[in-house]
Parts: sequence; structure tokens; C-alpha cells
Amino acid sequence: MITRHDLRHAGLTGLWFMFLTFPLVVIKINPIEHTVHWRWSNMVWIGVVSFLASLTIRLVQGRRRTGENEKQQSLLQTSVRQFDLLRRPAFFRAALITSSVLLISFPLFFSSYQVNILTTALMYVVLGLGLNIVVGMAGLLDLGYVAFYAVGAYTYALLHLHFNLGFWMVLPIGGLLGALFGLLLGFPVLRLRGDYLAIVTLAFGQIVRLILENWSEFSKGPSGIANIARPGLFGLTLSPEATITYLYYLMIGLVGLTVFVVNRLQNSRIGRAWQALREDEIACQAMGIDKTKIKLSAFALGATWAGMAGVFFAAKTTFVNPASFTFIESAIILCIVVLGGMGSIAGVMVGALILILLPEYLRAVADYRMLAFGAILVVMMIVRPQGLIAPKRRTYTLPSTHNPVNSSDVPASDR
Amino acid sequence: MLELQNIDVFYGNIQALHDISITIRQGEIVTLIGANGAGKSTTLMTISGILPPRHGRVIFLNQQISGLMPDRIVQLGISQVPEGRHIFPALTVSENLDLGAFLRRDHAAIADDKAWLYGLFPILEKRRQQPGGTLSGGEQQMLAIARALMARPKLLLLDEPSMGLAPLITKQIFEILLKLNKEHQTTIFLVEQNANLALRIAHRAYVLENGRVVLQGDAAVLRDNPVVQKAYLGM
Ligand SMILES: Nc1ncnc2c1ncn2[C@@H]1O[C@H](COP(=O)(O)OP(=O)(O)OP(=O)(O)O)[C@@H](O)[C@H]1O
Ligand SMILES: [Mg+2]
Repeated sequence: MITRHDLRHAGLTGLWFMFLTFPLVVIKINPIEHTVHWRWSNMVWIGVVSFLASLTIRLVQGRRRTGENEKQQSLLQTSVRQFDLLRRPAFFRAALITSSVLLISFPLFFSSYQVNILTTALMYVVLGLGLNIVVGMAGLLDLGYVAFYAVGAYTYALLHLHFNLGFWMVLPIGGLLGALFGLLLGFPVLRLRGDYLAIVTLAFGQIVRLILENWSEFSKGPSGIANIARPGLFGLTLSPEATITYLYYLMIGLVGLTVFVVNRLQNSRIGRAWQALREDEIACQAMGIDKTKIKLSAFALGATWAGMAGVFFAAKTTFVNPASFTFIESAIILCIVVLGGMGSIAGVMVGALILILLPEYLRAVADYRMLAFGAILVVMMIVRPQGLIAPKRRTYTLPSTHNPVNSSDVPASDR
Repeated sequence: MLELQNIDVFYGNIQALHDISITIRQGEIVTLIGANGAGKSTTLMTISGILPPRHGRVIFLNQQISGLMPDRIVQLGISQVPEGRHIFPALTVSENLDLGAFLRRDHAAIADDKAWLYGLFPILEKRRQQPGGTLSGGEQQMLAIARALMARPKLLLLDEPSMGLAPLITKQIFEILLKLNKEHQTTIFLVEQNANLALRIAHRAYVLENGRVVLQGDAAVLRDNPVVQKAYLGM
């Protein structure tokens, strides 16, 4: 039921949003005629919409809360409400096949423009999965991830410029150099955790960008490097459309490889060690896990993917300059990981697609694109704080006396 | 089996351990008792290789282990149950146990050991799919001990297993330690503030005060020592 309290709360939320968005949506200055155009109707819209949204959220949450109370009374029962379907292997397999088929046939049905956008989004899938190793699996907050992306991109740009090396040759080199820089960052931060780690990695990302910007003899400075060759296909020359399609399929291949490797890593010894490191460092040492090696391997293996994605980025845009590697890129990649669900491969993939595609398709509401984007982010984090697809069942079954559940029926984990 | 020879340990400029010498023989339960801040945990950290001694040596099975990395020392057969348990809170009981066997590769034997430990701690088997963080304090302590045993240690180090536990649970845990020692010949080095219980299950004991060993000997003898009785047994 809607109570007066709910109404009051929603009303206040509406007012607050009207106030927040006021400068953006109401005032429009025309710099040529020196006039100010007041768009009060926008303000009314914002007020009404946020009032209704707030009310709905409160109602939904209220219902959920009562539901939870009932559940507690009937003891702890398995309660994976949302996305329970995703946990079922059969559904998972079906979803996997469907999405693979959709992705592979995508260029047949859509324009090059759309294909190009999707390629970009898939590139961020690779970046997200790479950062997920560091942040999601090993629990090391890295705010300078874009540095490794830059390393990959400049590796290709420079090796192509000076030695005329091709894409296929440089792709592994970019990955290796990414890993090397991962180690380079890893060594000094071995002893740091949490906030301190975040600050140092942030600085590292800035340093790499500043070097690229200022060391002109090496990197050509802010003007960047142009005319980078696209990936070759047995020496064939491709039409522009064919190139886009070709790049798209290459990207699909890279995503496939990333998913395969990351999935393997996650279930490996080293993956378990990362998980342990994320949980408790002291216990980690007591288990005989070599902290140094495990941390460094997380940085290196995470950076490898950024390096390869960077090579791909340079090949796709045929042009690199430092402006592509600002902090906001790191932030977006981190958003992908957090929003998708830290540690969850499927989550990161969905997160990347949403975060990269959403702004593209929000162009329809051009002026308010970033506003809507921000709002969606906030709402998502409120509704699903553990990410779109939580990495792991956090809920569990307690065998109760009334309803004995054989715990071996419960899959040990779905990672 | 284990020998600490004239160990000095520093935290920066502050000396925490002064010329500590301790011997633990195969099959023994040895306890180290002392007040808060006496240096008990520091001693265990030194054995585990987390803190390097400035002077002195640690010998384990005729090999010098001071200076080795912590993971090497676990591999050689010394497992520690750290103070405050330090289980992995988000991992299930079963996953916690698996991590205890991190350095082992004999999968069949690992499964056997797990089954054996579930037998020793039936409550853990009941809770095996439950996240470690949701266990009660006593259950967490049992999990921490079981996890350390998953490494098949030759020497088990325990740092205040009784901390924050009800007397009944403490007693239960000590009984299990005794059983491990009797039936499986596990050598145990037990750090405790609960001197009463520790002196009852141990063969020998050391008393630590301000980083120095001030008393040592048979546990039964120390229990009758008037100094110990006054300072640690509250008599
Ligand atoms: N990381 C550290 N840095 C500086 N001093 C420390 C550190 N850890 C311990 N100390 C100091 O070393 C001394 C011994 O500490 P230790 O933790 O070994 O005591 P303890 O006997 O285990 O005490 P408790 O029974 O309270 O656990 C104390 O004076 C303590 O303040
Ligand atoms: Mg202590």
C-alpha cells in the first residue's frame, strides 16, 4: 500500500531531482543572441518522472522486504530470486549457443555502422574481462588499467611505423609488453592494498599517458601516430565494408579466446589463490600461497588482455594519440566490471555491452545522453549492488529438520 | 623436530623477542603461555617465516628454515592456525578446506583427508556449503584447525584457539587437539592465554614475559609452580 510517508519521500525525491537537473535541462543560453531560454516544462517532466520512479522503487522494495520477512520465518531457504535461470546448465548452454549464433550472424543483418559499434563494444568485453582478473578475481583495485591498453596500441603504432611490422606479428608482442608493464606496476605496489593501491595505480595510468603526450621524439606527442595498417588477410585488399566485417570477426575470435582462457584461469590453482588473496592475505600466507607471485601474476595476466586489445584498437582506428587513454577510459572499464558483477565472466560481458552500446543508442535523446546514462548507472547499482550477474551463489541451503536437503545436490559452485 | 636458537626479533627499532630458545620434539604438545603483548604471536610468525629474526636460527628437521619464504615453510610441513582464525569468509567451508591443501597435488589423498576431517569435526560437514563467514566463532576455529590440517603438517602451530570461545567449546577443541596428538602423532605447538587448559594437555611448556622466556619445563611441574599459579592460573 502507498502510505503518506511513501508519497512524501517520493515528492522530496522529485524536488531534489528538479533541483539537481535544473542547470542542465531548464536553462538554455543562446550565446549568439545573448538570450536565456527557460524551459520550465522540462523541469515539470523531471519532477513527475522522478516522483513516479521513486514511488515505484519504494513499493517494490517494500514488497521485497515483507517477502524476506516471510522467508526468514520459514527458515533459510534457497533464495536466488533473480537470474536463477542463468544458473541452470541447460539454460546456460542454450543462452550461450543463441548468443553465439546471434553474434556470428550479426553482420549479415545489420549495417556496417552497427557492426562497427558492436566491434567496439566487444573490445571492451576483452578489456573488462582482463580487468576482471585483477579487480574481480584477485581483489586488487586498479584504476590505471588503461595504461596497458595504451601500451598495446602504441606497440603496434610504433612497430608499424619504424619496422613496418604487421598486425598478426604485433598482437602477441602487444600482449607480452602489456604483461611486462603489468609486472612493472606490480612490483612497487606489492605491499599496498585498498585505497593506497588505487591511488598508485591511478598515478601509473596518468604517468604513462603523460609520457606519451610529452615525449614527442618517441611517441609523436599529442598529435599521435596515423596511417597504421589494418590487419591483413593473406595480402588481400578489402573494401571498407569488408574490412569492418573482418575486424568484427577478428574481435569475436579474440573475445572467444579471452573467455576461454579467463574461464580456465578462474577454475585453476592460480584462480583459487587469487580468490584467497582477495579474501584474506594473512590466511593466504598461512596456506602457503606465495603472495608475491600471485599478485604479480594477476597484474601481468590482466594487463596481457589490455595489451592485445590495444593492438586491436590501433589497427581498427588506424590512428592513436594519448587522448584515447585518459582516466575516464579506466573508469569506464572499471564500471563494466563492477556493474556486470565482479568476478563473473557472463556479468562482465553483459556489462560491457550495456555500458558501451547504451550511450550509442541513447543518441536519440542526444542532449540528455550522459544524464540518462548516469541515472541508469545509479539505478542499477541500487537495484543490484552485487552486479548484474553475481559471480557466485551467495545464498545457500541449510538443511532444516522439516525439509532435509541433501547438500550434495547443490552444485559446489558455478564458476 | 623444531628448534629456535637464540632468536631476536625486532619490529623496526623495538625488540619484541629477546634471545628466545625453544625446542619441540616429535610427537609432543608444547605450549607457550604469556600475557598480552608478551610476544607469543611474534614467535609463531617467526617460525612461519613471516617475520625474519635479526639474530639466531630456526631449525626444522635438521634444516635451517629461518630465511625461507613462508610458502616454503608450509611446504616443509609447518602449518599455522593464525590468531583470530582468518578463515576465508565468502568461501564455503568446503572451499576453505580445499585451500588448506593448496600446496598438495595428490588429489585422491586430499579427498581422503577431507573425509577424515569431516569425521573429526562433524559440524563442518553439516556446514560444508555454507560461507565460512556465517559460521559461529567455535565453528570458525574448528574450520581454521581443519584447514591447517589439510596441508598434512608435521608440526601444527596454533595461536590462541580458545580466544573468544565459551569454555565448553574450548574444551571440545582441546580434546580434539589431544586426540590428534595421541592418535595421529601430530606434533603441536600451542600458544595460549588460557594457561590452565594449555598446561593440562601439554607435555612441556614455556612461559614468555616481555619477549623473554622466563620459565620452562614439564607442564605438570609448571602447573605446581607458585609463580605460574599466581600469575597465570589465578590461584
Ligand atoms: N606489527 C607490529 N609492529 C610493531 N610492534 C608490534 C607489531 N606486532 C606486535 N608488536 C609488538 O610486539 C610485542 C609482542 O606482540 P605479540 O603480538 O607477539 O604479543 P602476543 O603475546 O601474541 O599478545 P596477545 O596475547 O595479545 O596476542 C607487543 O609489544 C606488540 O605491541
Ligand atoms: Mg598474539
